[in-house]
Amino acid sequence: MDWLTTVDHKKIAILYLLAGGLFFGIGGIEAVLIRLQLIKPMNDFVSAQTFNELITMHGTTMIFLGVMPVIFALMNAVIPLQIGARDVAFPFLNSLGFWTFLFGGLLLNLSWIMGGAPDAGWTAYTPLSSTTYSPNHGVDFYTVGLQIAGLGTLIGGINFLATIITMRAPGMSFMRMPMFTWTSFITSAMILFAFPAVTVGLVLLSFDRILGANFFEVAGGGSPVLWQHIFWIFGHPEVYILILPAFGVISEVIPTFSRKRLFGYSSMVFATILIAFLGFMVWAHHMFTTGLGPVANALFSIATMLIAVPTGIKIFNWLFTMWGGQIRFTSPNLFAIGFIPTFVMGGVTGVMLASAPADYQFHDTYFVVAHFHYVIVGALVSGLLSGLHYWWPKMFGRMLNETLGKLSFWFFIIGFHMTFFVQHFLGLMGMQRRVFTYLPNQQFDTLNLVSTIGAILMGTGVLIFLINAFVTAAKPKGVADDPWEDGRTLEWTIPSPPPEYNFKQIPLVRGIDALWKEKMAGNKSMTPAEPLGPIHMPSPTILPFVMSVGIFIAGLGFMFSKEQFSNSFMSFIFNNWIVVIIGLVITFGSMLLRSLYDDHGWHIEVEELEEEGVKA
Amino acid sequence: MSSSHAQTNGALPHEPEKATLEGRNKVLAFWLFLGGEAVLFGTLFATFLALRNQTNEGPTANELFQLPMTAAMTLILLVSSLTSVFAVQAMHRHKVAALRVWLMVTVLLGLCFLGGEIYEFYEYVHAEKFGMTTSAFSSAFYTLVGFHGAHVAFGVLWISILIGQLYKKNLTVVTAPKVYVSAMYWHFIDVVWVFIFTVVYLLGKVG
Ligand code: HEM
Ligand SMILES: [Cu+2]
Repeated sequence: MDWLTTVDHKKIAILYLLAGGLFFGIGGIEAVLIRLQLIKPMNDFVSAQTFNELITMHGTTMIFLGVMPVIFALMNAVIPLQIGARDVAFPFLNSLGFWTFLFGGLLLNLSWIMGGAPDAGWTAYTPLSSTTYSPNHGVDFYTVGLQIAGLGTLIGGINFLATIITMRAPGMSFMRMPMFTWTSFITSAMILFAFPAVTVGLVLLSFDRILGANFFEVAGGGSPVLWQHIFWIFGHPEVYILILPAFGVISEVIPTFSRKRLFGYSSMVFATILIAFLGFMVWAHHMFTTGLGPVANALFSIATMLIAVPTGIKIFNWLFTMWGGQIRFTSPNLFAIGFIPTFVMGGVTGVMLASAPADYQFHDTYFVVAHFHYVIVGALVSGLLSGLHYWWPKMFGRMLNETLGKLSFWFFIIGFHMTFFVQHFLGLMGMQRRVFTYLPNQQFDTLNLVSTIGAILMGTGVLIFLINAFVTAAKPKGVADDPWEDGRTLEWTIPSPPPEYNFKQIPLVRGIDALWKEKMAGNKSMTPAEPLGPIHMPSPTILPFVMSVGIFIAGLGFMFSKEQFSNSFMSFIFNNWIVVIIGLVITFGSMLLRSLYDDHGWHIEVEELEEEGVKA
Repeated sequence: MSSSHAQTNGALPHEPEKATLEGRNKVLAFWLFLGGEAVLFGTLFATFLALRNQTNEGPTANELFQLPMTAAMTLILLVSSLTSVFAVQAMHRHKVAALRVWLMVTVLLGLCFLGGEIYEFYEYVHAEKFGMTTSAFSSAFYTLVGFHGAHVAFGVLWISILIGQLYKKNLTVVTAPKVYVSAMYWHFIDVVWVFIFTVVYLLGKVG
């Protein structure tokens, strides 16, 4: 119950982590099933239809429901601590964002048990996703589920933007902000400008499917290419929404374990902003083969290649940070160091794909699959695992086991490269993506076998991480404030896990890497920026949960509004939009309650704070 | 009730919406939210522009639109923006009664606009046989204009609740940001409508 009503950003972080872990597990099982199907030619382990559902759900789940919440978990756990804030700007919205995300994800995954998962690819290209080619409810689960989950993401993005803009501790100017907070800030801004586009896209697609609209129906005058534009104008920024926080993690972990300041801090900041900006300019590189014409292709091609410049700046800055540093190969640092070459490889294939004429060869082959898995799995997931190992003691008050951590790193990275390196060659040799099997003796056999074995190794690495988490959960809490001993930023100045108010007194920031600065000046702790006083806290509330349930019900009602049920009562309530109305009444009713009864929260008094101080 | 929130009318600063951190956060976050809304409507506009000539042998824009009617609706909405400015000005002078009256006028004008829109849609569907499924143009038209209409309806509901709140709780540093933010929302809707009037209706008649 505590967990259903919490508005504490640290608990919401754990909720995001659990939810992300759940969906990551589902997506992982789907991945293994895909690889098992492809282990040998002419395999009939799963049917073609099931295969389509598997790849669709795998991509959708991983991107929207797997890595996204883990990123949000880290952002929730870390940002307020890094900027010296007691909370996020809108604790209520924070909780609402989580619950809408979770219920959207659950709705999407309900499709597995309610007769047919989406099967039109994670990009849901029309006309494949039209009712003509996807007649069951699969794609409806996709449009409605992602819509609801996307709402949660958007809410989260706005919340982080406001938090970072207004709630930084005194002295923390923008140019003193830790890199993880910076990249999260830019990511949130990208969410704000990219997600509304996909919101519209999903609305249009569901109107086509459920209300019989003609946006993408050629027969009614609609245009399938329009869908691609709308999808990718969101979709390309989305891949940078995912990778930027990972950049942030690497920029925290590498300086900490090199005992050196991040090389080129301000160039890192500007590179991040530049990447975000260019990220919005290049969407059509996913559509070179659609036939946009040579001029458009050339422009988008060049714009895409430009992204390699700020990205390269980042890579060199990380290398120069390590250069001459006292490097410690802890498990977070192993993941961070492993990140660099893997990401470089993904970037290089990206530039190859960005060359429009070459892309005519690569497009829709395993080469593309290899490219984006290098960036999304090899780099991004490494980055997230690095961040999780790094901040785990702060989040849970317990150190993860280092041996298991290293073991899981080696399984992960070796398995990863085995799985995806060979796919470059499969692609160059002409193996198409999204086909459920292939003929023997086209030289695809061995490489696919290698790839499947790699996937199993990689899965083992993730399992070891899970075991590590469980083993650690059994240990008693009580690690030090600064368990890695070389912490540089504000989160390492408070107990692990932090008390619910984070900072007893808001600290005064005197430079980049605020804690390191004090350490170098010989101080044991931060100078407080305010006298000890009562702390105002928001009260817990169940309303965000109830509102999300309402949206969930309305979503289901909308999806099945045309369905003929065998039960006449069911048909009645669905076909007359009654279910939709019930759901909306629940949601708007909770909003009304929220606005009529002001919630003033409560205070932690000075005496209490002093007592805890004695205890700690 | 905790002391930091209970502000009496007398102690209210000139701009009560910006008196607390929560208030300032609300206003900032709302600006951000409107940025997102701008992208949302931008995408809808782009869709509409891409599909506006795809009439699939159904009615065309030129055949459908009645400019006098839409011009009147535009006027109503513009005036409602003005009355919401008056409301915020009344708030800055701490005149709660005037604030409520101006908000009520705004809501009334919003309702008039909605009435006009419902009438328009009803005519199109029944007299002109122009429904959601008629053509890509019709889908884009109903989605763009309907989205705006839904925003107006939401605003009407929201401001009505705020009026109730003002009766119950008076003007405080808690209610003031809500009033201010709802006025921002209302102006935004108005600006979007000006674009709709130009891009959908005027361009439909002449372009
Ligand atoms: C230097 C940076 C990058 C460049 C130049 C680049 C370029 C490209 C190009 C041109 C394509 C289209 C290939 C095709 O479909 O024929 C592509 C696909 C893709 N990229 Fe990247 N990329 C870069 C970084 C990233 C990053 C950082 C991510 C994710 C975190 C990413 C994720 C993807 C995904 C998911 C696809 C495939 C989409 C699909 O068709 O399903 N890329 N990339
Ligand atoms: Cu892209």
